[in-house]
Order: sequence, then C-alpha cells, then structure tokens
Amino acid sequence: MAAIDYDSKIPNNVDLGNDRRLQRALEAWQPNFIDWWMEMGPEGFQQDDVYLRTAVSVDRDGWAVFGHVKMPDYRWGIFLTPLEDDRKVNFGDHMGDPAWQNVPGEYRNVLRRIIVTQGDTEPASVEQQRMLGHCAPSLYDLRNLFQVNVEEGRHLWAMVYLLHRYFGRDGREEAEALLARRSGDQDSPRILGAFNEPIDNWLDFFCFTTFTDRDGKYQLRALAESGFDPLARTCTFMLTEEAHHMFVGQTGVQRILTKTAEIMKSGDPKKQGAIPIDMIQKHINLWYSLSLDLFGGEDSSNAATFFGAGIKGRDREHRLDEHTALDQYYAMPKPGADGKVAVEDVPLRRAMNEVLRDAYVEDCEKVVKSWNRALEGAGCDLRLTLPSRRFHRQQGLYEGLNYDPDGNWMTAEQWAARRDEWLPSKADRDYVRSLMTKAVTEPGQFADWIDPPARGINGQPLEFEYVKFCRHGA
Amino acid sequence: MQIESFESHPDRYQHWKLTVDGDIATLVMDVQEGDGTEKPYILKLNSYDIFVDIELADAVERLRWEHPQVRTVVVTSGKDRIFCAGANIPMLASSDHAFKVNFCKFTNETRLAIEDASATAAQGYLCAANGVASGGGYELALACDEIVLVDDRSSAVSLPEVPLLGVLPGTGGLTRVVDKRKVRRDLADYFSSLAEGVRGQRAVDYKLVDATYKLSKFEGKVAERARAMADARLGKPDAAPVEWAPVPVEVGADGGRRYTHLDLRVDRGARTAEITITLPDDAGPTDAAAAQAQGVSWWPLATFRALNDALLHLRFNIREVGTLVMRVKGDPQVALAADAVLAGDAWFTTEARHYIRRVLKKVDVSSKTFIALAEQGSAFAGTFFELALAADRFFMLDDAEGDGVHVAPSPLNGGAYAMGNGLTRLQTRFLDDEAAVNAVLERAGELLETQKANDLGLVTFAPDDIDWDDEVRLAIEERASLSPDALTGMEANLRFAGPETLETKIFGRLSAWQNWIFQRPNAVGPEGALKAFGGPTQPVYAWERT
Repeated sequence: MAAIDYDSKIPNNVDLGNDRRLQRALEAWQPNFIDWWMEMGPEGFQQDDVYLRTAVSVDRDGWAVFGHVKMPDYRWGIFLTPLEDDRKVNFGDHMGDPAWQNVPGEYRNVLRRIIVTQGDTEPASVEQQRMLGHCAPSLYDLRNLFQVNVEEGRHLWAMVYLLHRYFGRDGREEAEALLARRSGDQDSPRILGAFNEPIDNWLDFFCFTTFTDRDGKYQLRALAESGFDPLARTCTFMLTEEAHHMFVGQTGVQRILTKTAEIMKSGDPKKQGAIPIDMIQKHINLWYSLSLDLFGGEDSSNAATFFGAGIKGRDREHRLDEHTALDQYYAMPKPGADGKVAVEDVPLRRAMNEVLRDAYVEDCEKVVKSWNRALEGAGCDLRLTLPSRRFHRQQGLYEGLNYDPDGNWMTAEQWAARRDEWLPSKADRDYVRSLMTKAVTEPGQFADWIDPPARGINGQPLEFEYVKFCRHGA
Repeated sequence: MQIESFESHPDRYQHWKLTVDGDIATLVMDVQEGDGTEKPYILKLNSYDIFVDIELADAVERLRWEHPQVRTVVVTSGKDRIFCAGANIPMLASSDHAFKVNFCKFTNETRLAIEDASATAAQGYLCAANGVASGGGYELALACDEIVLVDDRSSAVSLPEVPLLGVLPGTGGLTRVVDKRKVRRDLADYFSSLAEGVRGQRAVDYKLVDATYKLSKFEGKVAERARAMADARLGKPDAAPVEWAPVPVEVGADGGRRYTHLDLRVDRGARTAEITITLPDDAGPTDAAAAQAQGVSWWPLATFRALNDALLHLRFNIREVGTLVMRVKGDPQVALAADAVLAGDAWFTTEARHYIRRVLKKVDVSSKTFIALAEQGSAFAGTFFELALAADRFFMLDDAEGDGVHVAPSPLNGGAYAMGNGLTRLQTRFLDDEAAVNAVLERAGELLETQKANDLGLVTFAPDDIDWDDEVRLAIEERASLSPDALTGMEANLRFAGPETLETKIFGRLSAWQNWIFQRPNAVGPEGALKAFGGPTQPVYAWERT
C-alpha cells in the first residue's frame, strides 16, 4: 500500500501521521466520505472554484485561510483546541477529577450516542441543502452556502475523529452509518426530525442557519464543558466555525426584511416579487419550533444522567457558581390533559434540557429584536415575534397538544383550521419557490427579493468572483 | 469475616473424625460448640458453620485421593440422640447477606461433591442418622445415597425452615426430596411445613428415609448395609493413593495470591482481578503412571487446585472485586500434550479430570464476571480452552500480521467437563446445534487462528492489535460499572442454557429464592422469623403475596 501523506492531505493537530489507529480507520472512511460528498453534497457545483476558508491550524492565523478551491479538494481537517494542563471535570458527580483523556468504560455507550446524534446532524444539513445552489440569489450567497456545507462536512469529520479514535470497532461502524443514513429517506432517515425536512428555498436556508444552527451552538457549548476532554476540545473549536453559519442566516433574513420593507413603501410586496413579512413570520414559526424540539424532553432522565456523569454541562457552565445541580429545582410549566399549564418543581438535573433551551430562547429573542430594529430602520411598522415555545412541538411535554403561537391551547380541529395562518402553507411555499427559479451568477448582482449585504467576505468587494464557474474546464 | 484458609486435614479436624477400615470409611460428626475463637454463636446440637463444612469438604475430597479403595462412607454423629441440627441459626442471623449466600454456595458444593464421589469414584455414602436430622442435617443426609434413621420413638427427619425460621432449606433439601428421593409433592409439602418432622415407619412410607431400625439393632444394621453397599460397588483402583497435600501459595498484602502455575492479582480500586495461568515450558509426564508419581504437583492438577483456592478467596474474601480477567499463557501444544495424558482411563488421570470438572463448575456458579483474553502467547487449549468457554466474554486478538494467536480444542472438550446442566460447554454454547459443536471437535488438536475460531463461533470479539487495548479496557471498565446484583442475575441466567438438572435447580431456583427470602423483612427484619428465632417473641409477617 502506498504511504499516504496524511498530515498534508488532512490538516490536523491530532498527530495523525503517527496514529495507526486513525490512519487505518480513515483509509476506509475517507474514500466513502468523498463518495458521499459527490453523491449528496452540493449538486452541480463540484468542479467550480469557490472562495472558501479552510482551517489549517487552530492558531489565530491558521483557522481561517481563504482561497479559491474546488469543493471535493477541500482539505477537511481535524482540529481540537489545544490541551489545557490539569483540566478537571467541572460539574456533576465527578467534579474535581482529572478530565478524561480516554472514554471511561461506564460512559462508553452514552458518550457514543451523544457523539453520533451530534455527528448525524452535520451531513444531514448538507443533504437537505444540496439543490439550493441552483437558485442562489448571488455569488456571495452561493459561496456562503458552500462554506456552510464544507464546514458541516468538517464537523462530521470532527465527530468521526472522536468515534475512530476513542470507540474502536463500534466507533468505525457508527462512522460508516453516519454516511449511510440520508435526510428524508424513508428507510434510513437522519436521527433528528428537523434534519429530515427538505430545504429547497433560501428563506428556509436562512431560517435554518439562524435557528437550527443556533441549536447546534448551544449543544456544542454544553458539550464543550464535557469531562471527556477530547469532546470538549473538539466542540470548542467547532463553535468558532458555527458563528459564521448563524451570521449567514441572521443577515440573510435581515436582507430579505429590508428589501421587503423597501418595496412595501410602494405597494404590495407580493406583486413586486418580494417576500411579505407575514410569510417570513411563518417561516420563523416553523424553524424555531422545529429547532426547539432538538433540545429533547423538558423533564428528562437522560439529561440528568448526562449532567451527573459530567458528560454534558450547561451553557458556559464554567461561569456558573454551583456545579452539582443537586438539591435544586426548576419551576417547570407542565401541561395537563386539558392543555392547561401548571408549574411543577422538577429536580434541576432532570431539567437540564430546558435550562439549555432557556439560554437558546433568550439568544433567539435577541436575533428577533435586531430584525425588528432593521424593520424600524427601513421604515416598516410591522414587527416579528417568536412564537410560544408550546407552539407546534413534536417532542417533549407539548407533543400531541395544540397551542397557537401565543401559547393558547386549542383542539386539534381548531388548530388544523388555522394552521396556514401560522406556518407556511403550500401556496406560501409555492410563492417563495417561484421567486427562486434560477441562480444569479453575475458577480455583484443580487436577486430582486433580497438586499446586498453590508460588506463582502474577508474584505473582498461585493463584485468579487466568489465562485468561478468551470463548466467547460478540465 | 475473612476466611484464612479453605484447606484442612484430618489431623486438624475439630468437628469430624475420619476412620478408614478397608473399603469402608466412617465420618463422625462431633461438632465442638466453641473452637476457642471469638464468635457470636455456639455450635450446639451438631449444628454447623463454614469451618465445619470446610472440614467435611476436605474429607470428601481426600477420601477420593488418599483412600481410593473406599466404597462406602458412613456418615454419622458422635452425639447422643442428635445427628445434625443443620446450619447454626445464630450464625446465619449474625452474618451479612453476602456471607450467607457464600456459605450456602459452599455447603451446596460440598453436598454435590458427595454425590459426585458416589457417581464418579464409586464411593457410596450411607447416612446413619442416629438421632434427629433437622434442616441442614437432613439435607446432609439427602446428599447421601442411602439414609437410615434410628427408630427410638423420638428421632425424626425434618425440614423446619419454613415453619420455624421463615426461610428455605437452602442446601438442596426441597429439590432432593422431590427430585432425588421422589417423595410425592403433596407429602413433601406437608413434610416441609411440619416443624417436628416425620419419624419411624411414616418416614419410610413417605420415602424420606430408606429404613428405620430400633436403637438396639441400629449399629449392626448400619454395618450390614455399609458392607452391602461396598460389595455392590466394584472396581478397585489399580494405583496407589495420592497424598492430598496443601496447595502451595504466597499471599500478597493486597489479597493477591501467587501459586505455582497461577497468579491472582487484585485491583480493588478498579474492582477487577486478573487470573493468569502460566503453563510450564515442557508438558512433563507422558503417561498416567509418571503423572501420578508427581501426585498433586502434576501441573494440570496443581493448576486447577490453585484455581479452586483462588475462586474461594475471591468469593469470600475479595467481594468488592466483580470482574475477573482470565489469561492462559504458554504453548498450546503443552496443554494438548497434557490432555493426551489426562484423556487416559487410568485411575489417577480419571480422578484429575473429575476434579478439574468440579473446579470448572465452580467458575460457572461464581457470582463474578469472567472475561477471558487471548493475546500473543496465549494457550487456551484443550482443558484450558474450557476456561475461555466458561467465560462470559472471550476476546481474542486478531494478530494477522504477527505470529498469530491460537486456541486449540481437544477431545476433552467433547465430554470430559460437563456443566451442571449435564451438557458440555460447547453443547451449551451451541445449544441444539450439533453441527456447530462437531465443527469444533473435528478440529481437535489443531491450532485455530483468530479468524478461524471466530468463524466457528468461539470468540465474542476479535479486535486487532490497534483496537485491542482500548476495546478490552472499555469492556472491563464498563462491566465493572454495572450493578453487581443485576450482573449476578444476568450471568446466572445466560450461563445455563439447556436442560434443568438437580444441580441447576439447586443453584438456580432454590438459591435464587433463598437469597430473595434472605433479604426480606419477614426473615431478616427486626421482627422477622430468623431474628425472632430462639427469642421471647413470635415473628411478625407482612402478609402480602403476589
């Protein structure tokens, strides 16, 4: 077998060149990943040169190196934030013990499940978004889409690294399975519901990157506290990349809002090819509620186990004063049979999913506030809101119950009758799709339903050729 | 309570007297009420504790090796009007749960050893109950081939545990009454709830005893029956006896034990222990006579005697260790060469095989997880391959690029070492799949590489050298983190697939129920029957039944 120069092919700071276990695992997995990328990655753009940032090290200068690259040649790397001397488990029952550099046998299965669940979301979103390039509103946006896609691919690598390095044969099998499941597939769907919803228009994409990637941010933050040190360090580095994805989403929605507000000054936005504010609100309702589900059950024994074991902490656990979460309670609203909600004290550890969801909700409220400021600045009187967290839930305490966006309970019939007021209807989706029939590929040009961004990527002008098409090239 | 030693010798017996006269031996139980050490109980009425049973176990084993010509062993009492009152109740009441469980297991193994001596060494046991045989005393009688009871109008056999103590006769009594002596179940039910028991002709009619004799004729009739039993058991061994010498061992400060061919290392922090058997470089004797000349020092026998001793110490004295990692190191050909000697039908090697079979059964009923590891230089071969088959999981290194790691079946894996369920470990592993069993046995004498062994279904996991350390570490750590109670129950269920026997019923059904009852307030609560026994108040029960 020809020796492979792993370190140059796969940028890393995990000593891949000297790790036989990793090399052996990657020898089998890496070609399958490329096959998966060609089959399920962005459709139709694999030969084009895209202005992408690549992480080649974890230094200030190395984590974001820009240049034009064909996506299949992207150097998916493996990076962990550097080892911290004497790091301790900083919460739960093992608090004060040295952080684990290897998987403790008793937590092997729960850790593997957490890593697989997180890892499964990464390729899933690439699959969901694979057709979007064909209706991109600009080269700038097309490039951002691909940047998000390759980094989700890298995040898959990060999780696969953990599986390969620390979980032996089971880990390799799980890593294979990550490439075998398919978003929306009937027989072999992705693990979490929100990752099986198709994303076939850019409003969905921007909402997804705002709300669903923001769930990812909080999951990563909770795991960045983990007593299993390699997981903590992996997630810490992933967070630096995740920020850009949320930037793409938040500014994307905002650019649509300001465009719509501008057009509304001269009449009905729908007649002029813009997306009405209420339609945007419905998309927010959809993706926010789907993303809330990703945090898991409000009152959860799994959550208590993960916290007690020191595997998954709270958002920025290290900044809190108390880290056992024992003898404390969370005042949790719980619905009864008639949908009425009564507050019940739940042991704090069991409420950890809800604690994380609280931090997420607060963050989302800031996003909506900034969008409303943008609307105000654009002279529009309409305002956006987040729906109640009881609305449209398919997970946890509110699953199977019906609440309107204000949190009022109603019967299934009442809810069904008004569904299209709150969530994108077929007509809404058809309308949004009708605006996005083909890609805008001229440098510096933007579709009619969205404003240009305030500035380009990495200091480049808006007219920059973010994607160079090589349709007739070699 | 720590047990210093599980060995004894007739010269040191405090509670028994062993005499041998030609082909008839007599074991007289005469329990000393106190042995001079501080104990919270007095062994009244020939009641017994673990130390009494250690001596009995020694006698039963020793008779096979040192007195192979014996064909009848008469078990009787040195006390007046009392044969044996069973396990000492204040001893049980003052013991913690784990000790009670270990005590019952040990005494059960001793009773089964009596039956095994009868079945495989032609040494019949005749119980001469010259007085009351109650509870464990009657259970000891039940382990014998024949029971004769003195008819003095007061001596009875009884199982008073249920009515008096609120527990079960836990040494096989209930099982043997119906399964072995074929007492009708309704009569057995009546008998087992009758504190004073049954005596005289009724005991014979119920089949609880074989005969009953007036006091004046008792001794003569016992002698007659002993003679008849001996005459009916033919086949005197062709070899001189073998001294059942003590097992040489060095004991470490941490409880570790170093034997001639076996090393037990204990890691209490990790709740694990490693048992490593190291085969000699040379297989040694090539025939039974040469092997017998070495006696208990013959290495296969010495190794399993060491394993037996190590297991007892692990059970009683190293309780917090729940996971045992088993390795056999050496040349598989050495093990196969020893098997060629072991397989012969000479008396000595036959006895050695039976002994090894009994020790392997101790592995099966030990409440510890066994993980067998075959790495470079491993020698799970023939008789020693049984240890891999007895393990709950067997990891074998897939060393395709190195010299290879091997296991090797031998003909002895095909029948010499039956489990308690009456099947071999291969038959139990491949239940009702004769083809799979034969596929292994057809390769007897071959060294099977990991992939081959894996294909034959002999290996749980076969990691390669890159994965090995982590896979094994994770498996052991994970195992050591699970509930020890749940594991004990799980293993006991999974290890004994296949048919029920008297033995599996005793270790499964009887012991499991007994261990449950031992935890219940109706037995061990402040007002429970075991605590109230002998006191001024009646037990108070919670009446719920499910």
